[in-house]
Amino acid sequence: MNNVLKKKRANKSSLPFFLKSSFKVSFIIILISLILLITTFTFDAVPPILNRGIQPATFPKALLVLIIFLTSVVFYLSIKTPWKKESKLPKSFFITLMAFILFLVIAKTLDFFLAIAVFSALVSYYWGEKRIIYLLIVSILFPIIVFIFFETFLGLRFPPGIITNIYYN
Amino acid sequence: MENLSYMLAPLFSSKLLIVLFFGTLFGLILGVLPGLGPTTGGALILPFTMTLDPLSAIVLLTAIYCAGTYGGAITAILINTPGTPAAAATCLDGYPLAQKGEAGRALGMATVSSTIGGIFSVIILVFFAPLLAKLAYEFGQPEYFALAIFGLTMLASIGEGSPVKNLIAAAFGILISTVGKDFMTSIDRFTYGINELSEGIGFIPVVVGLFAISEMLTQSTMLDQVFKRVALKAVKLPSLKDYKLTWKTILRSSGIGSFIGVLPAEGGTVASLIGYSEAKRWSKTPEEFGKGSIEGIAGAEAANNAATGGAMVPTLALGIPGSATTAVILTGLIIHGVRPGPELFREQPEFLYGIFGSMLIANILFFIFGFFGAKLFARITLVPNKILWPMIFALSVCGTYSLSQSITDVWIMLFFGVVGFFMRRYGFSVVPVIIGLILGELVEGTLRQSLVIFDGNWLMFLTRPIALTFFTLAIIALLFPLFKKKKITKLKKN
Repeated sequence: MNNVLKKKRANKSSLPFFLKSSFKVSFIIILISLILLITTFTFDAVPPILNRGIQPATFPKALLVLIIFLTSVVFYLSIKTPWKKESKLPKSFFITLMAFILFLVIAKTLDFFLAIAVFSALVSYYWGEKRIIYLLIVSILFPIIVFIFFETFLGLRFPPGIITNIYYN
Repeated sequence: MENLSYMLAPLFSSKLLIVLFFGTLFGLILGVLPGLGPTTGGALILPFTMTLDPLSAIVLLTAIYCAGTYGGAITAILINTPGTPAAAATCLDGYPLAQKGEAGRALGMATVSSTIGGIFSVIILVFFAPLLAKLAYEFGQPEYFALAIFGLTMLASIGEGSPVKNLIAAAFGILISTVGKDFMTSIDRFTYGINELSEGIGFIPVVVGLFAISEMLTQSTMLDQVFKRVALKAVKLPSLKDYKLTWKTILRSSGIGSFIGVLPAEGGTVASLIGYSEAKRWSKTPEEFGKGSIEGIAGAEAANNAATGGAMVPTLALGIPGSATTAVILTGLIIHGVRPGPELFREQPEFLYGIFGSMLIANILFFIFGFFGAKLFARITLVPNKILWPMIFALSVCGTYSLSQSITDVWIMLFFGVVGFFMRRYGFSVVPVIIGLILGELVEGTLRQSLVIFDGNWLMFLTRPIALTFFTLAIIALLFPLFKKKKITKLKKN
């Protein structure tokens, strides 16, 4: 009896259930699935006279219900297993993520090639490459080779931008 | 006899031989680099295959598949890090043996057993794929639906990680395939008014995002990781004593690998684990396992390479991918206008047997490359991540953009990169998403067409014997993890 009480106290002293990763993950999946499920009700329906088989929304609806059900099972099973403390993500991860966003912004507003060059230089630098020559190889030389290769062999035309316009003109 | 001549045709085609040469070389490089591998590499190379004819394109992809699977062993033995997940079991004995100063012997055994496993599985492919294709003539829409469901449940149950999480990932993959215009009614689904989404979400942005970009994010969390490479003088062919000790293990693991490969799941990884554990179970010296047993290396390597041919059986005969890499190969086939299935066997035998023959040659080629060039390939692991991954990013972005020249595809790729990273972090495998995505259209299409045939009566599925068999097998597959749990715990303890 004492052991049971001790266990209960130990569980109480640990993090509350809503801060545990399994709960957070299950909660996010279910939330997104619910939003998508609601969206399926906005899909156009085929008039009954033309409808053959099931409506276009039925299949995604069934999938989303299945995902919600299975996620609930995952959460239920995770309660039974001992909880491991989640490791924190390092700064380098967030810098890489920020570099993705920067890539998107530059590619959308300025230039696709410039976006790749800036991204490559930034990531390579923050991952530990401080030698200028290697940074230039990664951010300028290699993307140029890739661009020329794709253009020559695949006949690819890259989206317009300040650098690509100069190249194409 | 005619088929044999088709199989030998690549030997007399200088173009195919060049493609095979570069495919094997590229596959080895991809296999050696931890975090890359044949799936990501295949997806990255897919846009380039558009410059080739269909046979050359598929030969290139299959050569990458065969050589990439073997290449993982080089890193597993020399730096104790599997180049591909399928080489994880090779680390257990490969690295300890290398530490004893026998890296050359370990690599020699890995090369020989991988080659034998690979060739064995191609023979299985040559005999079984046409038989399976013949059987598929009996299949109608309900049977294909049941088969796809069976494939997905198998993927969940014998794939890596939690079966329930695998099922969620597979359902997520199928859900992605529903984005865009409904193929039967042209009604928009999940497009949110974005025109680019009307055509649906392409396979390449998702696969490159889930594999390459998510791996880049994973690498960003491990920057302080240092690899210690064991010195390698030269690769040695196994001695007569080694052959006597391992020939039964190699044959057994080749059989296991081919069988596991046929089942739709991440075949190579599971096959190598089972091949390894069976090698230990049958060994006269099981206490040597984990300390540098040559039998352990042979068991794992023969099995994971045997899974390559096995996985091609359902891919070519039914259009159901046997692994993540074969899903990429299947996409390659579709992009080049080749529809896998029984009709392909009847109408284009020269194409199919050309692939079989090329796989056979690829296995021999990686033996030669591995034997003479392992030392050189091992040096590739010295390329630092801070140089390698920005380059892979540039290739991923350009490759993804090139297929439909759509910048939206690049956004989709990055989105799935982030999704894939968090999926892996929280124990969800990304492989079922890929298989789900590629099977999605088949699952929904056959279900809806079956319901049209059955006039909306779901119970009619149970009146079709083949469909009923697949559904029963699917239920067994779902129950299988309950029995598997004990076995896995035992394997992990070992």
